[in-house]
Amino acid sequence: MNRRLPTNLVIGAVLVALVVGVAALSLVWTPHDPTLMNIRGKFADPSEAHWLGTDQLGRDVVSQLMAAARNSMTVALVAVLLGGSIGVALGLFASAVGGWVEDGVMRLADLGFAFPALLFAIMLAAVFGPSLSNAVLAIAFINIPIFARVTRGSANQIWTLDYVSASRAAGMNKFVISRDHILPNIAAAIIVQATIEFAVAILAEAALSYLGLGAQPPASSWGRMLSEAQTLMYLAPQLAIYPGLCIITAVLGFGLLGDGLRDISDPRLSRQR
Amino acid sequence: MGYFLIRRTVGFVLTLLAVSVVVFAVMNVLPGDPALTILGLDATEDALDALREQLGLNQPLLTRYFLWIWNAVQGDFGISHSFRVPVSTLIGERLPMTISLAVAGMFFTLIIALTLGIGAAARHRKFGDWGVMLISQLGIAIPAFWLSILLVMLFAVKLRWLPPGGFAGWSDPVAAMRSLILPTISLALVQSAVLARVTRSSALEVMRQDFVRTARASGLSRRRVLWRHVLPNALVPIVTIVGMQFAALVTGTIVIENVFYLPGLGRLIFQSIANRDLPTVQALVMLFAAIVVTANFIVDLLYVVIDPRLKARA
Repeated sequence: MNRRLPTNLVIGAVLVALVVGVAALSLVWTPHDPTLMNIRGKFADPSEAHWLGTDQLGRDVVSQLMAAARNSMTVALVAVLLGGSIGVALGLFASAVGGWVEDGVMRLADLGFAFPALLFAIMLAAVFGPSLSNAVLAIAFINIPIFARVTRGSANQIWTLDYVSASRAAGMNKFVISRDHILPNIAAAIIVQATIEFAVAILAEAALSYLGLGAQPPASSWGRMLSEAQTLMYLAPQLAIYPGLCIITAVLGFGLLGDGLRDISDPRLSRQR
Repeated sequence: MGYFLIRRTVGFVLTLLAVSVVVFAVMNVLPGDPALTILGLDATEDALDALREQLGLNQPLLTRYFLWIWNAVQGDFGISHSFRVPVSTLIGERLPMTISLAVAGMFFTLIIALTLGIGAAARHRKFGDWGVMLISQLGIAIPAFWLSILLVMLFAVKLRWLPPGGFAGWSDPVAAMRSLILPTISLALVQSAVLARVTRSSALEVMRQDFVRTARASGLSRRRVLWRHVLPNALVPIVTIVGMQFAALVTGTIVIENVFYLPGLGRLIFQSIANRDLPTVQALVMLFAAIVVTANFIVDLLYVVIDPRLKARA
């Protein structure tokens, strides 16, 4: 294993460390209170006090971007963990039981692909009113079929291996085998998928918040900052730049990290890319 | 072929039915009184009763579901509560906008992605290849709505070449086209980023095969080999992604219509949410999900046309 680390892994890891670091820092420190308004100091130019200036309500842009990073990471983490664990459990179950149960579970998973996160979020918003938790639920929901598919596909391969057959012959319970032998062996594939879905979730949260289906005022969100900035394009075009750059940094970071992790965990897949 | 078609069609209809159950369940079974949601907390009991009657909320769930499906199949999606016209009329008015956006978006996605993807494959491991890969990596990370905002700032606010948003109707075709240029480009650029990568790797796979070398050796030009021999054989993975992308494109129009204030189905769905117009939202969500399922069905059928070998396995 004396190979160089793939470039995408290194760049991805640096970007992710940057975004996660800033999000973590915002838990204990931001230059100003991100929600503190100061109408007289609105649209301020960058200065020592406000590194990127202030917005239409005089709020500090850097502080808002930092708080938004934290919100974005939280949404992505909760959504991917929630949808991922349900999906992994379903995939393991389907693979362990097999037969018509497996077919049934995978058919159900296929059904999930008919609903993009946006459609699901729209339904929830229509029934319950828009909120960040509905956005999280919608993003979690679309992750279920994705993880179910990946888990079942990888698990089916492990089930054919000799040592698994040996465990079966020794009388071990199928679900115990799933937990003790299958899951640890497919963990790499699941982690790769989770990293990539993390990027997708960040993008989805931004879009939902932009459309008003996600973070509600006064919570900071890159998507919502952009929707507010859109109405001020003539007055303060710079406000429409920073949140977008943050989204790209985060999405690119997790996307590259996921690609890089896949490259080292399964070099066969990377040759083409 | 006949057996394959029947199996796929039955699967398609069953999926549509299952989707309709999910939509109906989320919109109706979840706790809450739709009449109360629509009219608000300060509605009188009489008004609530009247609306429940009109929406058929007094009937059993199962009856309501079958009535909804039965009517929907005949093109009747009920009455929009906020616009006070049949939902089908609203859809009819706004469908052309959404379809135009999606079709134009797909068209430009294909042109951009195939050109870049094949071009990158032809220059494998050279400067052009890295450039295309870099752009597509960025394109995958850019939210379509942010790209739209940037394009508006450049072409509408700064250069004043194109309108920043809105739509005056089809009566002036030139103005209508001008309003649709930026939305179409925003949709197509983001989608083509993904497709260009798939095209490139699929083309590289084909280029390694013997018949390509033979074609080159027999004196065909590089360009001719790429477009007439490599591309057709690289199509299967490309079509898979195109099918998934058409679905992404249709939901992408929901976002883009809201960025550019275009009167399509996506804008209608948000107006309906704001107006608490549940029958309209339900009909539109079903319509969008049906489009996604139909796109996947068509891709399944296309596989067989592109690669007859798959028929045996299907």
